Amino acid sequence: MTLARSAVERAVVPAIARAPARARLRLGWLVPTVYILFLMVPIYWLLNMSFKDTNEILGDFTLWPRNFTLANYREILTNPVWYNGYINSILYVTMNTVISVAAALPAAYAFSRYRFLGDKHLFFWLLTNRMAPPAVFALPFFQLYSAIGLFDTHIAVALAHCLFNIPLAVWILEGFMSGVPKEIDETAYIDGYSFPRFFVKIFMPLIASGIGVVAFFCFMFSWVELLLAKTLTSVAAKPIAAVMTRTASASGYELGLLAAAGALTIVPGALVIYFVRNYIAKGFALGRV
Amino acid sequence: MDKTWNNRAWFLVLPVLALVAFNAIIPLMTVVNYSVQETFGSNVFFFEGVKWFQEVLRSERFHAALGRQLAFTSIILLIEIPLGVAIALTMPRKGPMVAVCLVLMALPLLIPWNVVGAIWNIFALPGIGLLGRLLNGLGMDYNYTRHPFDAWVTLILMDVWHWTSLVVLLAYAGLIAIPDAYYQAARIDGASRWAVFRYIQLPKMQRVLTIAILLRFMDSFMIYTEPSVLTGGGPGNATTLLSIDLVKVALGQFDLGPAAAMSIIYFLIVLLLSWIFYTAMVAQEERR
Amino acid sequence: MALITLDNVAHSYSPRPKGPEDFALKELNLAWEDGGAYALLGPSGCGKTTLLNIISGLIMPTQGVVRFDGEDVTGMSTERRNIAQVFQFPVIYDTMTVYKNLAFPLANRGVPADRIDARVREVAGMLELTDSLEQKARRLTADAKQKISLGRALVRSDVAAILFDEPLTVMDPRLKWQLRSQLKKLHHDFDFTMIYVTHDQTEALTFADKVVVMYEGEVVQIGSPEELFERPAHTFVGYFIGSPGMNLAEAEVSGNTAVVAGHVIELDRAYPALDGGARIEIGIRPEFVEITSGADGLPVSVQRVDDLGRVKVVMVRLGELAFNVIAEEDTQIAADDVRMRFDKSRIQVYADGRIVEGRSVGGRPIESGAA
Repeated sequence: MTLARSAVERAVVPAIARAPARARLRLGWLVPTVYILFLMVPIYWLLNMSFKDTNEILGDFTLWPRNFTLANYREILTNPVWYNGYINSILYVTMNTVISVAAALPAAYAFSRYRFLGDKHLFFWLLTNRMAPPAVFALPFFQLYSAIGLFDTHIAVALAHCLFNIPLAVWILEGFMSGVPKEIDETAYIDGYSFPRFFVKIFMPLIASGIGVVAFFCFMFSWVELLLAKTLTSVAAKPIAAVMTRTASASGYELGLLAAAGALTIVPGALVIYFVRNYIAKGFALGRV
Repeated sequence: MDKTWNNRAWFLVLPVLALVAFNAIIPLMTVVNYSVQETFGSNVFFFEGVKWFQEVLRSERFHAALGRQLAFTSIILLIEIPLGVAIALTMPRKGPMVAVCLVLMALPLLIPWNVVGAIWNIFALPGIGLLGRLLNGLGMDYNYTRHPFDAWVTLILMDVWHWTSLVVLLAYAGLIAIPDAYYQAARIDGASRWAVFRYIQLPKMQRVLTIAILLRFMDSFMIYTEPSVLTGGGPGNATTLLSIDLVKVALGQFDLGPAAAMSIIYFLIVLLLSWIFYTAMVAQEERR
Repeated sequence: MALITLDNVAHSYSPRPKGPEDFALKELNLAWEDGGAYALLGPSGCGKTTLLNIISGLIMPTQGVVRFDGEDVTGMSTERRNIAQVFQFPVIYDTMTVYKNLAFPLANRGVPADRIDARVREVAGMLELTDSLEQKARRLTADAKQKISLGRALVRSDVAAILFDEPLTVMDPRLKWQLRSQLKKLHHDFDFTMIYVTHDQTEALTFADKVVVMYEGEVVQIGSPEELFERPAHTFVGYFIGSPGMNLAEAEVSGNTAVVAGHVIELDRAYPALDGGARIEIGIRPEFVEITSGADGLPVSVQRVDDLGRVKVVMVRLGELAFNVIAEEDTQIAADDVRMRFDKSRIQVYADGRIVEGRSVGGRPIESGAA
């Protein structure tokens, strides 16, 4: 009495068999949807502004541009000051992300697996570096980096941003690493893995979601940091942030241009999170070790 | 976890130590230096000891700013943390919608903070902004440039819009890192949805939540750019949070001494509160 | 307790499977007897975890019916199936004490508190966890945690079967042995069906009464450890079981002789003309090959001798082909003129990996073993 049942039949029958047991209202999707709609409204507003000129923005309330203009975008995409700003920013942010994640991985492993002299204090001290209001540090940073001849270079900003990105990376990675049982390390050593091979082939896939999130956060915090980026650069490595604050002071308050610049600023970061999405959404597939 | 004692682990930590200390120690020394001196211009400094610290700590203005700051941070934490976790719990884990959700949620985080302030500045204006028009159209007398309450609401709304996604992303990554086997075991054990949350998800997210809370605490405590662009601290003093007050003192009066002293006090407050918080969380983890 | 049957069950992880390659689990029919101790043995990716999850209800098979005692449970959810599963790494509720962990499955089913207490203490006693009952579960060692996982499986008296998915993988080797013995004792005392998935043949062979060997989504043989050893129905079984595994060599077989690397070997049985095009091999276990220096036997050259204490493993070459031979520890192995001899009653013939029946030299067909 065994008939191979088609997939369709299979899909229908169990639903009926299950329904009486648990009638659940599947409204979970509503929450992220409402939230995303909430997020998109000001973004739409930003885009709205970017296609207007400043007069229209300040003069009137319009849900879409009366005088649709691409002038703001054209200015940004053709003016070397602007697009160099983007390139510079992308350069030092990428450098910083790579440095931060690379340095943080072994350190986080050490904090997660070992106890050593001063470990608890060191761990907390790392976080304290994110606690200082940056305004006061501008001048000392300027002096420091000038003294070592790195003023107005990409690497200067990349290194300076390590101040707050590395502690973040270490803390987050340590949190994820602590979720991986130590037995896995030991089993790998018994199976003959060397430490680097174990780390890359076994351990890192297990904390993939942590690495994805950390990479994105390092990128993001470095990308939006204004003060140090402005202070440590002048021409050669001038970041987009500095160019944008210029629009706020020079010719009044060029809102349309600022909005367009702001809109374009979102693009690199959106690409980054798109690329790491598989890491973030990757589960802990401990089945096939 | 049972950690083994091994001082050679220091080698793993050295790169981090070098990179961070280099950026931290030297500038810090400079600030400390300034905070205990007085200058009458032309680079002449007089050692003044703790005079600036006392002055700042006694000033009413400082207390007011601190009070506002504590209120702001508390409200922010109370909204953003539960909201972020709730959203992370309901986000899809597989399929094409994952990418859509992640990218869209990340967008507010990527906007430079001055632009965030600028957007909301216009957005909430009663005459020409969508939000302003909407609220006034619904019958409320809303004007954030004139009414302190409206300014606070707008400020909080802006921060929630800007930063909740940070909590969502962290909580989401933390949830994803929970192995499937736990959910399977819970099903076999007949656990209810609430039990799964309470006994599996929440405990396993604890570390990630600690980081989220500490991060939001520190960042909201030091917030400067967005409120500065949005309200400039006003109307009047209504939204003059600690950073804004600090900059007013430093730039307005060109007094490096008091400004530096205030920065250090500020830093120490954040340090103290973070340390208390961190120790409390660690102790709770040990106890569990 | 239940008789578990799988009728025409197959599973594919892709939503629209097109051909047999898309199926992680190819169509099979299996019956698991009440109270049996089974091992599900095979290499990684062969489909054994899929099969296990279909039995426990965590996966719904693309096709086929799962029955417990004849009743169709294919659509039934996991918690209603009276199945317990122990996973590869300890799955415990961190925030609860050991006691609460063990009580959890019963509490969720509304069992009265005094019955829970009695049962928890009983199971804790069986697993030697009584002293740790009031401790937080997360403080225990890995093997103790795995015992808690096991305990949660045992605590439900209505459990029909307990499924183990490679539960000893992350254990310390010393503790593996201990836990294995404990499992065997538990099975002996309580007589529920136990299905134990593993890729470790030692675990499978010591634990189970019957072993189901899987390869690439198919069940290639079911039998007792002895049957698997003596009469592998598939070259994979021959290769996978035994240490070292079965020797396999391409051969031409006709009648009751096989030609291997130019040498003629006499077989115990007669074989019909085998299909042209199929890959014909003979197989013999190293345990049934002998090193001699007499005139009969195949001339081989010795490549290597591994002295393992009680036995020696001798690697020899017959022309191009390599063979492993297991010899007694005091066997003398000459420098040259070494020969090997097969125990011809132990030679099996395979076509495309599957065993071929032969007729005994006398006309009667040999009984086939489990298929």
